[in-house]
Amino acid sequence: MKETYRFQHKHILGIEQLSVKDIFHILDTAISFKEISSRPIKKVPTLKGKTIINFFFEPSTRTRLSFEIAAKRMSADTFNIAASTSSAQKGETLIDTACNLEAMNPDIIIIRHGSSGAPGLLTRHVDAAIINAGDGTHEHPSQALLDLMTVREHKGTIEGLKIAIVGDIAHSRVAHSNILGFTKLGAEVNVAGPATFMPPYLDSLGAQVCDSVAEAVTDADVVMALRIQKERQEDPLIPSLREYAQFYGINHFLLQKHARPDVLIMHPGPINRGVEMNPDVADGKGSVILEQVTNGVAVRMALLYLVMGQEGSRAEA
Amino acid sequence: MITILQNGRLIDPVTGVDETGDLWIKDGFIIPAQEKIPENSQYFDLQGKWIVPGLIDMHVHLREPGEEYKETVESGTRAAAAGGFTAVACMPNTIPVNDCASVTQLILAAAESKGYAKVYPVGAISKGSQGTGLAEYGELKAAGAVAVTDDGLPVLDSQLMRRAMEYAGSHELLLMSHSEEIALSRNGSMNEGVVSTRLGLRGIPVAAEAIMVYREIALAELTGQRTHIAHVSTAAATELIAQAKARGVQITAETTPHYFTLTEEAVGDYNTNAKMNPPLRTEEDRQAIRKGLQDGTFDAIATDHAPHSVIEKELEFDQAANGIIGLETSLPLSLGLVRDGVIDAMRMVELMSSSPARILKVDGGTLAVGTAADVTVIDPDKEFVFTKESILSKGKNSPFIDWTLQGKAVLTIMDGRITHNELS
Repeated sequence: MKETYRFQHKHILGIEQLSVKDIFHILDTAISFKEISSRPIKKVPTLKGKTIINFFFEPSTRTRLSFEIAAKRMSADTFNIAASTSSAQKGETLIDTACNLEAMNPDIIIIRHGSSGAPGLLTRHVDAAIINAGDGTHEHPSQALLDLMTVREHKGTIEGLKIAIVGDIAHSRVAHSNILGFTKLGAEVNVAGPATFMPPYLDSLGAQVCDSVAEAVTDADVVMALRIQKERQEDPLIPSLREYAQFYGINHFLLQKHARPDVLIMHPGPINRGVEMNPDVADGKGSVILEQVTNGVAVRMALLYLVMGQEGSRAEA
Repeated sequence: MITILQNGRLIDPVTGVDETGDLWIKDGFIIPAQEKIPENSQYFDLQGKWIVPGLIDMHVHLREPGEEYKETVESGTRAAAAGGFTAVACMPNTIPVNDCASVTQLILAAAESKGYAKVYPVGAISKGSQGTGLAEYGELKAAGAVAVTDDGLPVLDSQLMRRAMEYAGSHELLLMSHSEEIALSRNGSMNEGVVSTRLGLRGIPVAAEAIMVYREIALAELTGQRTHIAHVSTAAATELIAQAKARGVQITAETTPHYFTLTEEAVGDYNTNAKMNPPLRTEEDRQAIRKGLQDGTFDAIATDHAPHSVIEKELEFDQAANGIIGLETSLPLSLGLVRDGVIDAMRMVELMSSSPARILKVDGGTLAVGTAADVTVIDPDKEFVFTKESILSKGKNSPFIDWTLQGKAVLTIMDGRITHNELS
């Protein structure tokens, strides 16, 4: 019997809601779009006439730009709203602001928000497709998808790989989405960092907590370091960046001693050089940090296309 | 006029009565049953129903004065009567805070003119519940307050709490503790555990409650004053209270229907109607709470009825206000404990009426002849769907909306006056 797969999601809220098939479909779609970005004329008419709003409540350079470039390469009209210019500061609620945007009939709202679950809240109040560009300490699905795409391009597969994620797991939506994504596709995810950076019951997400960075990176196919988020340091989590770098920073010596020789080095950016990762590692052999950025555009083109495809087929029906 | 409740199951934990019989009410008091039924008497046949002392909820937020858009003394006591309550104790975190005689008098005046239940105001521990300096307990007591608490906030200064216990003792006021170590719970919006990790929400660990409950026990031991622990949510705190009671510390404790019914799983997909402080905990905690209700660790079931409007609840989860309403669901959920065999009917009435009366040192909690006729008639079998439209509280913030519940107050009588009637 022939099974026909269709991408069913109107919204992209997290990796949690995506099946293995969904993830592969997104990655395959992204690969087919990647070539567009290397053409002399980097534009296809796929989303011509669609209105896409970038609704960012937290500062962001690369994610916002990546979504905007993705949208423009698909010929959509894009608009950016930052928290500092929105009504948030006038005391308007998220739902009120979103309903006002909705009244202008956007097709997609891409939201970044400091509160976990905020994108899901929007889906209950507006008709536009919602794409989560990072919510609180919950998920950052497009980042995990571009990471999966990058690793898959290099290793051919995700299944059976050993992935090490080092840093502030508790406050990282990137880590959360990556743990879910890599384990869904059959990789083993080992995490390391001081206990102050580990959320409770991390094993319930599928990750294994290691006692040391050395243990986490042992035989690793991929090592991902997370940015130490200075802006979220209201808690006494670490004594100093200096000590952190000494005990948890990724350096060349550590990798040479413990990781596989063909280990891929990843970072969601922006890097604190010399803190979570030494420059010799960030710029060295195996670093795919800039490829992650390139693939980010392709993955986001795929997400925009797929959520609109769902919309289009609904409109036809 | 005489009101006769006939053929019901009379349950009175104070006298130990549990038998089928009649209850006679005249001029607001319970009177002995007589041979001859007088003319003009009001008569209810209550076969299959329970006749119990009016239920008393020792922990509600009526929001008046200051937040009347959330609840008023009138709307809150209307909801209380519908839930089978004849009396409620209202927390002082109004605007302004009930830290003085004039606010207490204002609440009592509203209850007197518009109330459907007796209202026992609870004053603040500290001035403005700011955590520095004692409120004027003597004047609060004289105005009608029955207890003091800074509920909603813990008293962080241990010396202030010590003095509050001592001074409350001097004025024969109960001290109720909101036990929370803020340094551990700050910015948290649900239980710290599997679900908080899945949802990316900052957690409130069990230790935030346990640490402060232990401090209150230590201070109650030091001062020798009776102290009441409000809204216990954890197995750890339950264990601490059981141990303290075993060695004779004058401590009492309440828990709520949501802690013995729900777990952190109810937060689900960021449901702000499952957000309260302390938060819903794990199944292990829920079981410990149920056991504590059974073995006497808990003295009372209270609701922590906390009405909010959609303005406070239709928000991002971490921005939404804490608290849920409870007056109209407390009885059916507590009857669930009886059906599950956790407690018997007598124990339930003790937890919801006799024991709160004893702790607050107020009238009620018994069907004894000569006492005020505060009586609740319960149909333990009546099934109903708890719909949003049926809610009488101004707050619609309940995680139990659209649940099918079993057991309901069908007649509520306060001082002989019918405040709720589903019978005729």
